[in-house]
Amino acid sequence: MTNASLIDFTLYVADSTLVLAQRNGDWCGHGPVLEQDIAITNVTLDLIGQSRSFYQYAAQLIGNDCTEDQLAYWRNEREFKNALLCERPNGDWAQTILRQTFFSFYQRELFMQLLQAADTTLSAIAEKSLKEVRYHCRWSSEWVCRLGDGTEESHRRLQVAVENLWPYTGELFIAAPYETALQIDTDTIKRNWLEALSTLFAAATLPAPSLTDTFMQTGGKTGQHTEALGYLLAELQYVQRSFPGCEW
Amino acid sequence: MKPHNLEHIFQDKIDQEIKIEPRDWMPDAYRKTNLRQISQHAHSEIVGMLPEGNWISRAPSLKRKAILLAKVQDEAGHGLYLYAAAETLGQSREQMIEDLHSGRAKYSSIFNYPTLTWADMGAIGWLVDGAAIMNQVMLTRTSYGPYARAMVRICKEESFHQRQGFEVLLVLSKGSDAQKAMCQDAINRWWWPALMMFGPRDGESTNSDMSMKWKIKRKSNDELRQQFVDMIAEQVKLLNMTLPDEKLRWNESKKHYDFGEIDWNEFWQVVKGNGPCNKERLAARKKAWEDGRWVREAASAYAAKQKQKQQAA
Repeated sequence: MTNASLIDFTLYVADSTLVLAQRNGDWCGHGPVLEQDIAITNVTLDLIGQSRSFYQYAAQLIGNDCTEDQLAYWRNEREFKNALLCERPNGDWAQTILRQTFFSFYQRELFMQLLQAADTTLSAIAEKSLKEVRYHCRWSSEWVCRLGDGTEESHRRLQVAVENLWPYTGELFIAAPYETALQIDTDTIKRNWLEALSTLFAAATLPAPSLTDTFMQTGGKTGQHTEALGYLLAELQYVQRSFPGCEW
Repeated sequence: MKPHNLEHIFQDKIDQEIKIEPRDWMPDAYRKTNLRQISQHAHSEIVGMLPEGNWISRAPSLKRKAILLAKVQDEAGHGLYLYAAAETLGQSREQMIEDLHSGRAKYSSIFNYPTLTWADMGAIGWLVDGAAIMNQVMLTRTSYGPYARAMVRICKEESFHQRQGFEVLLVLSKGSDAQKAMCQDAINRWWWPALMMFGPRDGESTNSDMSMKWKIKRKSNDELRQQFVDMIAEQVKLLNMTLPDEKLRWNESKKHYDFGEIDWNEFWQVVKGNGPCNKERLAARKKAWEDGRWVREAASAYAAKQKQKQQAA
């Protein structure tokens, strides 16, 4: 394993968690009910915390006084390695919840593998983050059940969300070169992810999901994104880039 | 017991500094005043999430983004305690929210001003939360028990927010020329609206007399405003910035700062709904509530189904 692969992998996780946090953050102050406004902001705060841990580690590996903010604010849309799923728009509450479920279930499997990683910093960050991720899995699963088995409207909206987001799940299980270098076993992640999701979908009265009959979008992990990412980064990065070299 | 006896017992408790609790007898006007004030306070927390929420996506560093999110989330928490306190007076949260959306209930006018630059996040923390704390510290001793207890929790977090806001400005004040200018501009824009937060002058405040007698309020609008000016006029020196008031100067004989007159026309216009963001703020709240309706309905329907299943089992 080269240092470059380790840096790329660390940035992949950092970018994915930051981009999802940036999306979720838009709900703060606009949630469907006060308690859930608070809950989704908790998830967002956890994701930012995770992204900071990974960025700080990447910055340390890169050296030359690199900082977390340089990595988050001074790389462009072709350099970001986040999973495409994370940049998909919020849509309605169903789409936001389902996006979180897909990603948290994936994070749980990925981070469990990182616990065994040769790199002790990665395993330490994974261990700390897993506690949060398990809570995110539980919180978002509960919502998938409520929406799936709630009213006709919520069931319909959740199904639309499945149609919108499903093509962005396949990418998670195709190893990027840096994942292969780190010996991430994406097949195991895929199997466990699909199994957990099938159980959840059954409880939520949704049709069983299948990864084989959908044409999957790919590219995020190596810097080729959907049109949505450019706008997201423009907003995220604008103050830093308008006033280069400042402390905030 | 005859009503006049009940009133006597009630006032006696107040005079002895015994808190009034939800099940205690209280005059209708006391209930209404508290309900109006607590629900208005809750609405202010919730509407107050919007101007700052406006900058979450654009916060200039990851650390600032996390701090800002946590802060806005705290406001939601405050709203929750306050709605719960108001509910003890016999009105549901849904009814209060409807009153906000129909315009029957008010919220603090300060949130009808726009947040135009990052420095506004500092100015809001320092000046707006700073002004709110003056009022809230007093309210930790208010006579209605649930309100007083909610305020104790809220005050701890608010004073933290104020320090965070000041720190945002302190960093800007030591930064580049552009950052310094941004800092001064935000102070200039937020100073007068912050002074307006204390309400009309004492002579013109309609609800004040009874509120003082019932110890809902313990200090007058003008007393609190003076206390705030005295505090901020000193703190601004640490930033090497100025307050936009030519009449501001220390008065040695009064041991207070003298300061200029608020633009009361602007004050009343914003109260009446003609501020820069009144329409946007209310529209954003209504949209969140309407867009969330199907979500709340789904949650209730699911809970009912689960209950049925449990009963059948």
